[in-house]
Amino acid sequence: MSALSGRTAIVGVAESDKIGKVPDKPAIMLHAEAARSALAEAGLTRDDVDGLFTAGIQTTELGEYLGIEPRVTDNTSVGGSSFVIHIAHAATAVATGRCEVALVTHGESGRSRVGMMPRPTPPDSLRGQFEAPYGLPQPVGAYAMAASRHMYEYGTTKEQLAEIAVATRKWAQLNPKAYMRDPISIQDVLESRMIAWPFNLLDCCLVTDAGGAFVLTSMERAKDLRQTPVTVLGFGEGHDHAMISQMPSYTSFAARQSGKTAFDMAGVNHGDLDLAMIYDSFTYTVLLSLEELGFCDKGEGGDFVSDQRTAPGGEFPMNTNGGGLSYNHPGMYGMFAIIEAVRQLRHDYADEGVRQVSNAQLAVVHGTGGVLSSAGTAILGRA
Amino acid sequence: MAEYVKPIPLADGTTRPFWESLKAHQMKIQRCNDTERFFFYPRGLSPYTLSDNISWETVSGRGMIHAFTIVHQNRAPGFVDELPYVVAMVELDEGARIMSNIIDVTPDPEHVRIGMPVEVVYEDITDEVTLPKFKPAS
Repeated sequence: MSALSGRTAIVGVAESDKIGKVPDKPAIMLHAEAARSALAEAGLTRDDVDGLFTAGIQTTELGEYLGIEPRVTDNTSVGGSSFVIHIAHAATAVATGRCEVALVTHGESGRSRVGMMPRPTPPDSLRGQFEAPYGLPQPVGAYAMAASRHMYEYGTTKEQLAEIAVATRKWAQLNPKAYMRDPISIQDVLESRMIAWPFNLLDCCLVTDAGGAFVLTSMERAKDLRQTPVTVLGFGEGHDHAMISQMPSYTSFAARQSGKTAFDMAGVNHGDLDLAMIYDSFTYTVLLSLEELGFCDKGEGGDFVSDQRTAPGGEFPMNTNGGGLSYNHPGMYGMFAIIEAVRQLRHDYADEGVRQVSNAQLAVVHGTGGVLSSAGTAILGRA
Repeated sequence: MAEYVKPIPLADGTTRPFWESLKAHQMKIQRCNDTERFFFYPRGLSPYTLSDNISWETVSGRGMIHAFTIVHQNRAPGFVDELPYVVAMVELDEGARIMSNIIDVTPDPEHVRIGMPVEVVYEDITDEVTLPKFKPAS
């Protein structure tokens, strides 16, 4: 597998023209805008693309809308982690010569619900039979239930979960594109409306409209393009259940395996990393992911995030765009964690003070999908 | 009986014995006879060995709360009128876990606790369908 490490690079990233509330654009146009901008940033055109990757819609629909006829097509759609998993699939396809320029796109009208496919739960489906009758709101109730188990087993507190929301909001205050930028305190989190115990409103991600895209190609070709290449050094993926009622352990998930696979491929240690982009659908998602990725021992996630260690200026820069909690979360946020890691590694924010993680060389991007169901991890580096 | 507006499960060929057992106010779930381990939800084969060597067994309906949430926001018909309410994973004494509601308890983390013993209550939601709910064990 190490034959795939360092062979490819991300050479362009972009969000859709507008993010947040975009009631006049269908989901597929959000894909298209981001794709167009990411290609332009890379200095490539639509006609260069020969590998197409997306989730949420079919690659056939995307190819039709953009006029792309790929020779590699990949519709892996396992929730918000999908786009991180697409890094692995695209890097593999490019490194093995199956395609040369991979375009990976995302677009969801999560808030305005324009052009979104309905997701019904038929009464004879497994979820229809064994979960839907009991009124667990999805996905918040599923993550809340899992969090209750971590609190029970390890003594994790609501205050520790709130630390994550507060630190992430501080990063959002530095990002003009962030949806929520007013400062919040731990007390504000604890006193926000209860949604599903142990989660209050501010433990939960936003619901927005947005698209995102990135372009990945070989290292050789990347050197001739416009941007500082961001090298793909390692990746891993996996899943261990679909429904929350089938999760083998509420305090462990596929990130344990995907993370180890990615770190081993990249040949880097946790202490080498300058930046972590960790999917934050809910505060607990982050806490559990940090443990599962090996940044701290099992049960010590609460201590790890305490005292605002992940905030701007803290020891462990994390979710530096303001995350799904405060910047943008249209439903499957993983794409935006990738975009931010790339911008940090290119030093795009060099003129923006503390927003730029100082001399960032190595980043981990971790995506979680479904209800802690799927995981994708990538290690990226400044070339 | 007032009109029931929450989702009503519909059995399929691999799950029907479970739903029929509930209608008779019993609970039958499946056991893998190769490993002697119970499993839930019902399947057409053992998730442990992929074998057909599985059987339906009547279980006690007793267990304990393994994880839970207290739902304070849900606009869905039926549920919106019952907020707050408890959704939990119950670990049955036989080992399998099942999602359900915990009823007859104050919906507050001071009163609902992981490890709390619970027992099944059969809730006939229509003439055809019975749900397994759980209450604190007597």
